[in-house]
Amino acid sequence: MERAVHDRGGWPTDAPIDRSEHELDDWEILMDSLLGALEKRSAVNVDEFRRGIESMSPSAYEAATYYERWLYSVETILTEKGVLTPGELDARLAK
Amino acid sequence: MRYRPGQEVRVAARPHVGHHRTPAYLKGKTGTVMRVHPSFLNPESRANGKDGLPKQPLYFVSFQQSDIWPEYRGDPADRLYVDVFEHWLDDAG
Repeated sequence: MERAVHDRGGWPTDAPIDRSEHELDDWEILMDSLLGALEKRSAVNVDEFRRGIESMSPSAYEAATYYERWLYSVETILTEKGVLTPGELDARLAK
Repeated sequence: MRYRPGQEVRVAARPHVGHHRTPAYLKGKTGTVMRVHPSFLNPESRANGKDGLPKQPLYFVSFQQSDIWPEYRGDPADRLYVDVFEHWLDDAG
């Protein structure tokens, strides 16, 4: 059966599982708390959040780290809802 | 709710566009209802800004590992337990 890139239980691979741990960057910790705050205020629910991640193109999904996928989804859903305007984050970051 | 513990159920093999909680490896597979969970807001509509109503019953379903993975080499008695929403199940008994 055709499956989306995130739906990978039983996905055939010969690559070993990477079990290494890494220190979280500050932005990753902020990303985690940001989603918690958005959910608490009903700005984003967990199902929308998951849909946002699952809407990534397979190549973007594979290239992104765990919290980069979170950031992608939160930006996508907030833009969809009009909380952010398209390109707003990029414009603010460029300042 | 439609199913009771002990009933055989088959996971619908249909594809789905958008968010859902039914993994591809379970589609079309037959298992046994072990337990009925409470009902939950439907994540499929909730993922698209709707209220998720009506709530969907959720079932704790047991599958034989060797049914799911054709090349499974573990103990034939090994089972996999997955929560599956009612609207993804059909009667297989």
